[in-house]
Amino acid sequence: MTAQQLDMTFSALSDPTRRAILARLATGEATVTELAAPFAMSLPAISKHLKVLERAGLILRGRDAQRRPCRLQAAPLGDAAAWLGDYRQFWEESFDRLDTYLQELQEGEEEDGRK
Amino acid sequence: MAASSHTLTVTTPSDREIVMTRTFDAPRELVFEAMTKPEHMKEWWGPRGYTLPVCEIDLRPGGAYRFVSADAEGNEYAFRGEYREIVPPEKIVWTFEFEGMPGNVSVDTMTLTEEDGKTTITSTSLFDDVEQRDGMLASGMETGAVETYDRLAELLEKLQTSTS
Repeated sequence: MTAQQLDMTFSALSDPTRRAILARLATGEATVTELAAPFAMSLPAISKHLKVLERAGLILRGRDAQRRPCRLQAAPLGDAAAWLGDYRQFWEESFDRLDTYLQELQEGEEEDGRK
Repeated sequence: MAASSHTLTVTTPSDREIVMTRTFDAPRELVFEAMTKPEHMKEWWGPRGYTLPVCEIDLRPGGAYRFVSADAEGNEYAFRGEYREIVPPEKIVWTFEFEGMPGNVSVDTMTLTEEDGKTTITSTSLFDDVEQRDGMLASGMETGAVETYDRLAELLEKLQTSTS
């Protein structure tokens, strides 16, 4: 995954309506009308959000001209989570090691002091 | 010893920042030294099981650094940047870039505060879009990429529960 794709994913996820849409799609495919139902928002406004999600590769639109149901595509989400997870894990583990190392350094100093 | 203070806290106070804090049972001078000298860095920098075969540090404003972290299989992950500000033993400001994601540069400010012999590192990563002006990268970051961390985790949890 390129940095640009990752940014599109994050950008798409930065909006609460779009996150709600994805959460809804996690339970199964839905039409624009179905997706719009819980929101006080016009269909064109919802369609705009769907376009952003589609461009980010997070959803697929069906070919059926009438219904065009939306389906979740979870792969980019996994990539985004992996990247963030790596970042956190990287620092978590580095700092754990630093903690241990600092203890070792200080124990070494105490021993040197006793000599 | 409060175990909670020894855990890493990650917060996202604004669209462009990631703030991490972590407390250590050591005086500030020692922590600063451990963060700035290659012989010390090699002992801790990188996830568990990784070594640091390359650790070049030119510790002065404008000086470059480069670290290469390697796993047991020999896969290497390189990081590079430049020191912007060094105030021993209180503060280090550097640019940070993972060479695997070139152009995605953050400016990290690491402050060290000491209380009762314990030192807290607060690292603030500010994602800079100057080098990314021409690309989607900048717009992606500006529209709040990083703040979604917690919500993304929530969402993924939801997704996993619903598909399992």
